[in-house]
Order: sequence, then structure tokens, then C-alpha cells
Amino acid sequence: MARRMPELGRVFVQAESELGAINMALGAAATGARVMVSSSSPGISLMAEAMSYMAGSGTPMVLVNVMRAGPGLGGIGPSQSDYFQATKGHGHGDYRVPVLAPASIGEAMDLMATAFELAERYRTPVMVVLDGILGQAMEPVELRFRNPERHAFDWALTGAAGRPARIIKSIDLVPEVLEKRNLNLQRKYAEISRQEVLWATESMEDADYVLVAYGTAARVARSAIEKARARGIKAGLFRPITLWPFPSRELARISRHAHAILTVELSSGQMVEDVRLAVEGRCPVGFHGRMGGLVPTPDEVVGALKALHGKVERTRERDREQQQKRHDGRSEAQSGLHRAVVDGPPERTHRTEAGVNASGRDGGER
Amino acid sequence: MERSVVFSGFGGQGLLFTGQVLARAAIKDGLEVFWIPSYGPEMRGGTASCTVILADHPIGSPVVDRFDAAVAMNLPSLRKFAPHVAPGGLLIVNTSLITSQTSARADIDELRLACTELAARGGDDTLVSIVALGALVARLGWVTPDSVRAALREISARKRPEIIEADLGVFAAGLEAGRVGVLA
Repeated sequence: MARRMPELGRVFVQAESELGAINMALGAAATGARVMVSSSSPGISLMAEAMSYMAGSGTPMVLVNVMRAGPGLGGIGPSQSDYFQATKGHGHGDYRVPVLAPASIGEAMDLMATAFELAERYRTPVMVVLDGILGQAMEPVELRFRNPERHAFDWALTGAAGRPARIIKSIDLVPEVLEKRNLNLQRKYAEISRQEVLWATESMEDADYVLVAYGTAARVARSAIEKARARGIKAGLFRPITLWPFPSRELARISRHAHAILTVELSSGQMVEDVRLAVEGRCPVGFHGRMGGLVPTPDEVVGALKALHGKVERTRERDREQQQKRHDGRSEAQSGLHRAVVDGPPERTHRTEAGVNASGRDGGER
Repeated sequence: MERSVVFSGFGGQGLLFTGQVLARAAIKDGLEVFWIPSYGPEMRGGTASCTVILADHPIGSPVVDRFDAAVAMNLPSLRKFAPHVAPGGLLIVNTSLITSQTSARADIDELRLACTELAARGGDDTLVSIVALGALVARLGWVTPDSVRAALREISARKRPEIIEADLGVFAAGLEAGRVGVLA
């Protein structure tokens, strides 16, 4: 970038600090320039305040986070432990930003144009999240450059000669007016949630088990699915591309037919919370993750999937036996009680998940 | 088909470069490729490595724990990666630096090459990793030698055009050594 941007007559600035970088970006974006900033986890934390100001003032900008292992200074290995930070607000105040998560370098290239489109269409900062694997790897790509169409920036600070002055700000000290601003923001977020959800699926046609993963974890899941299918477990991949808005509706639909869902992340389990919110107990949701800069191996994931498969099979077997008993003339009261225990999603789901977490970690074929 | 190889040795032995040459050759042969350098604290131990994955389908997991082939250019690399070569896999050991130690594994093909001497014979004794690449290509045939030559030309033309002829000479020496299997 440092070499290429000046060649194209554009500007590349190596900022003196993260705060400097993000606030320069805010200033440049306020003039209607297309601006991108990139950093890795701790640097992104330092940028939270300005992200909130940009969300509040409707300033478009793209922020790339190549996630590394935390918390604190942590390490430099790959990670997905900034999911909460990216999707649940980042800075202070009632706001969200669209979050895009490519799983390959070619997709990262395609999604950069999408990121700028979203930023400008909705006048919002947008995040693109990668991890230390995709940040360092090389892959062949098809060069498909797309230069998003410019919107009329009738809000940008371009010099007020011959027209009334414009003001870009997030401050508003009149509560009623500030609430109105917030309601406008929420309408914008509702619109984004309706219009801009992206996801991908693989091998889902006949899948009994669904792996939910994004970025590098989705690639590990892809290898695990191939191995699991070779062992007779029909698994498929559901890959969120927008982490916010999360593809909840589509995942909910899939969960109606799935035997179980296994979420794989390079974290202690962050996206899995959104998976559970989407699934609403319709099927068991297991989790497998690694931390500290480590990446799960496909064998590990297959181990977790086999454990989940075992639990599901045992539960189904129990259900069948109990159904048989009911047929055999048990009293209505007893079977009613029984049904409450067997079918009650909180208890059964909870037990299954706890078991999967424990056995998934130890039961992998490493 | 999916194959993985790790190139490992001291920084400066050209391992990351050599991995890129293989990756570019594979693209020419119509394969999917993933190239990733080593990351994390191991870089500070003086060892540099990169992994290259080649496949005829979209590549899944970028992290490999069993390699179809490994190139160990120094002793720490031999110790680190020899246990991770898949049974039946290929291990290339640079005997110019690793004089007596072996993988002690009977279930793999351990090819021992004096890379410095072979590189000198090819035209430049610093291009040790290109020897290993030549031997790997001769032994396993994952990519065609022509694609490697074209990749070498392209990459070196950008960065060090003066060295292209030496690169090609050393690659030829590596190919020959891989075919013969022993260095006289």
C-alpha cells in the first residue's frame, strides 16, 4: 500500500499511533474521501472511541481487523476472539457496524468493495475481520476489481463557498433531539439487518449435522466435513459472511431439520451465542474452539462432531424406548411427566452441550 | 488430491522464496494453492519455515499437522518436522549442515542431499533451497519442471534478474539429485 497508493496519486499515511490513524480517517472521511484503516486486535481496541463518533455522526469508513490472540497484549497467532468487540458495538453508545468476514484471500478482495458500498450507502463505519492466517497467507486470486459507484455526498465537508455550511457531529445535548437521532440510527440498523445479510453453505443438501464457522475456522470445518462424511456422518457447512447482521433467519430455518449444530471458532465461544439465539433450542448446539493463537485441526473437529453425533443418537434411542413404553400402556400422567423431561429443550440441550464441550476437546483424534 | 510440504531452515536460506516458487508453479499447472509462512515465537529461534498446500479442489484447513513432504535445511528443522511427515512421505535432509543426525524413521523416504555442494555445482552455492525444490519435484512430480522454471523466471525477474540463470542451473542440479537419490 505504501508503494502503490502514491503511484495511483492517492494518499498513504503511516500514522504515529492508532488514535492518530483512526482520527485522521474520521477527518478525511468527513470530507467525502474513501478511507480505510487496518490494524490488529489491541490497535483496534484503541480505535473504539472514534468508531463510536463515526457511527454517531454518520461518517463512512472501512476498518480492517486482522485478529490476533488476546486478551491484553496477548500473542501474534491467529484468533477470532474479537467477535464480541466487532459485532456488539466496539465503542460506547447504541450502535452497530456491519462486519464482513472473508474465508479466503480472493473473497477478502471481493468484500472490500462491498465494505465501501455498505459504508457509503448507509453512512456508517464498516469492519472487515480476518485472522493471522489469512493475514499472512498467499493464495491465487482472480483479479475482479470492482470500483463501487459513488453516492452523492450531500453531507460531506467540501468547503461552504456558495452554499450553506454543513456540520458533521455526534454531540446533541437536548435529550429529545438526541433520542430522535438514535431512533434514526436504529431504523438504519433495522434496514441493514433486512437487506445486507450474507452467508454461504456447502454440502448442505443432505446434511444431518451443520458446522457453523467463519473465516479460517470455516476452512478447517470444510476439511472436517470431508473426513466426517468419509466416516458416514453427513455434515454440511453454514458460513456467516456478515457477522453483523448475523444470518439468524436462515440458520433458524436450517436448525428445524438438523440433528445438531457444531460451532467452530478460534475463540472460547463467542459467535456460538448468536448461533444459540438463532436456533432457540430447536436442536442441540455444540462448540469446539482453540485459543492463544492455535487453530483447531480437522481431526479435532471430527472428534467433536462424533461426540455430538453419539449424544444425539443416544438421545434418539432413549426417545424411541420411551415412546415404546408409552405404547405399552404406561399411565398418561407418567408419560406426560416424562415428555416434559425428555423434550424440554433447556435441560436436554444444556446437558448435551456440556458433554460435547468436555469430550470434544479431549476426544479429538490428535 | 491434496498434498502438503513444509520448507524449514535458517532465515536467509531462501525457504519462503522457494515455497513461493512451488506455489506459483502449481498455479501454472492448474492447481489450488495455499502458502503460509511460519508465525509466532518460533520465528525468533532462528528457524524460518513455510507451508505449501496443493490440491485439485478448494483448499480447506490451512493448518497441517501431517506433511506429505518436509525439507529440513538445518538441525532444529529436522527435529521439529521429521516426526510430522506422514508415513510413506518424503523427508529431504540437508547434509551440508546436518551431518550425522537422521529422522530415525523407517516408514518414510529420507533423501539426504549436500545442498551447498549441489548448489555450487549448479552455479551458486547460496541457492540451497532450490536444490531441495528440484529434488522434491523430481521425486514426487506434484508440479512439472517446466512450470517451476517459468515460476523461477517470473519471480526472479522481478526481484533479482541477475540470478535467474543460477536459479535454473541449481534447480537442474536438484532435479538430477532427486532422480539419482544420492550424492556421490
